[in-house]
Amino acid sequence: MLRLQGLTKSYGERRVLDDVTFDVAPGRLTGFVGGNGAGKTTTMRIVLGVLGGDAGTVTLDGATVTSADRRRFGYMPEERGLYPKMKVLEHIVYLARLHGFGKADAESRARALLEDLGLGERLGDNIETLSLGNQQRAQIAAALVHDPDVLILDEPFSGLDPLAVEVVAAVLQERAAVGASVLFSSHQLDVVERLCDDLVIIAGGTIRAKGARDELRAAHAQRRYELVSTGDAGWLRDEEGVEVRDFDGGYAVFDADSDETAQRVLRRAVAQGDVASFAPQHPTLSQIFKEVIQ
Amino acid sequence: MNATPTAGPTTAGPTTAQSVWLVAEREIGSKLRSKAFIISFAILFVGALALVLWGGLTAQNTSGTPVAVTSDAQQYVADVPGVDVTDAASDAEARELVSAGEVDAAIVGDSASPTGFTVVAESSPPTNLLLSLSQLPTVELLDPDAGSDALGFVAAIGFGVVFLMAASLFGGTIAQSVVEEKQTRVVELLISAIPVRSLLAGKVIGNTILAMGEILILVAIAVVGLTVTGQSELLQGLGAPIAWFAVFFFFGFVLLATLFAAAASMVSRQEDIGSTTTPLTMLIMAPYFLVIFFYENPVVLGIMSYVPFSAPVGMPMRMFLGEAQWWEPLLSLAILIATCLGAIIVAAKIYENSLLRMGARVKLSEALSR
Repeated sequence: MLRLQGLTKSYGERRVLDDVTFDVAPGRLTGFVGGNGAGKTTTMRIVLGVLGGDAGTVTLDGATVTSADRRRFGYMPEERGLYPKMKVLEHIVYLARLHGFGKADAESRARALLEDLGLGERLGDNIETLSLGNQQRAQIAAALVHDPDVLILDEPFSGLDPLAVEVVAAVLQERAAVGASVLFSSHQLDVVERLCDDLVIIAGGTIRAKGARDELRAAHAQRRYELVSTGDAGWLRDEEGVEVRDFDGGYAVFDADSDETAQRVLRRAVAQGDVASFAPQHPTLSQIFKEVIQ
Repeated sequence: MNATPTAGPTTAGPTTAQSVWLVAEREIGSKLRSKAFIISFAILFVGALALVLWGGLTAQNTSGTPVAVTSDAQQYVADVPGVDVTDAASDAEARELVSAGEVDAAIVGDSASPTGFTVVAESSPPTNLLLSLSQLPTVELLDPDAGSDALGFVAAIGFGVVFLMAASLFGGTIAQSVVEEKQTRVVELLISAIPVRSLLAGKVIGNTILAMGEILILVAIAVVGLTVTGQSELLQGLGAPIAWFAVFFFFGFVLLATLFAAAASMVSRQEDIGSTTTPLTMLIMAPYFLVIFFYENPVVLGIMSYVPFSAPVGMPMRMFLGEAQWWEPLLSLAILIATCLGAIIVAAKIYENSLLRMGARVKLSEALSR
């Protein structure tokens, strides 16, 4: 378990991180969401030891993270960068060797990973000749080639086409499935929503919301329900404590003022006709995001 | 804590030596594949070859050194090779021939000299002549301040140019490669894998190996060139200074390379390199100009041969001119090595503090603090 506790960082008078505390659990994908300048990159850099914080600790399984631990971290910086004049395979092999792999081992890993990421045809090309999307894939290979226990990825999906997003998402899920702790930031809220198990929302340098995705959604649900029935649901308008948001014959979306009201509506709907579906409607991530950052 | 899909690396990661060597290896590999590097080396190579050949031809007219010899000194030059003897009736006539420039030197009998004769020359004794005499005679100069010795000048240019070219070429190279890593941000990946100091050491070592390789090739050119043009006597005179030059160059280069890396780490863009490396470039240029203007001035050369930045040029030059005592290169080398160690400590600090500070140039005081 990677634990960030009370991370604080100021640049002069400006406080960019204030008591940032959250966990990144092994085997799970943790999405890190926030606007520009919210403090995502600063937080990640402190975790990687690339930047020093003013206060707070980063621990791995209870012990303060050392530079030896960090060698088992995979990192994808916000500002992408590889040597432009190195060949793709050679570059990834070099990074694997810096992380301690032998020559042959490093090469077979790099080759397999690059093929997984769809760069199998470009192994001998210089990084600078790759398209932006392919450079991005190479960058992801750089973060993954040493089989890290902890993955810290700053905007891994930016600049990728939808197909590449799928490829990268699959690779990340694969890593989490074998037990890695994965923290990634993204502006693409729909991708985060679909992928992540846990969520951390940051704004203005403070954590505004964190927890399992489904729990967060439930916590921010406003007792909004969706009813699909065979009959005319027009009667809903007259129910006490109900506010109809959307309506079309047997279809209705409404807010209830309490759980009892919702249950009463369900009983009446069943009495009126066949109910095809009755379900609480969870807010989308972007709704939660807008709500908590205010 | 987790099951990894395949066996992980050794838990401790690579040893320091391994990571340093990996970085050095990459530096060397990437330079050897760079066209700019190969072309600039080819130019240096051809230049050195031309200098050796031209120097050889001007210094030694193949017919031999014209020398006026009085009758009482004939015995001393009878079996000396490479001299073109003109008989002189008297001591005075021999001196006149020297003054008139008809001969390069006169050899006259002199009972006060331990060798029994004295070499009289206009401003400096012909080096080849002295080298080919079996015993070092007394030398008398008629006009010590005038004229110049072509060979000394060539040697001065040779040491100066080689040091200037190699140091600025590789100093610039290492500066660029430090900034490239900062600018492309690959440095964030590198130092999340290995310690900052290993990165610095690897870069300096890689470039030093390349520079030394270049120097050794140039030395080989000098040796082969001098042998082929039939100047093996000159080679005997130049051999020791050249060997010392290589030793001095090694430490001088490490000193400069470390400082270049530190200076470059303070900026974030290639365009800004000049703002922090210019003082270092001056340090490289200075010995070149000083040795060319003052190669005949023992005081300036003496100082140069002890100042760490100019010692690689100054000391071999003094040895070539025969001005240095046997212990002088050793003392100067000790000073150079001590400076080198000090510079490595300071530079490593600057490098560590500046490497991740993107954007504006890092102030020297900030780079040195903490």
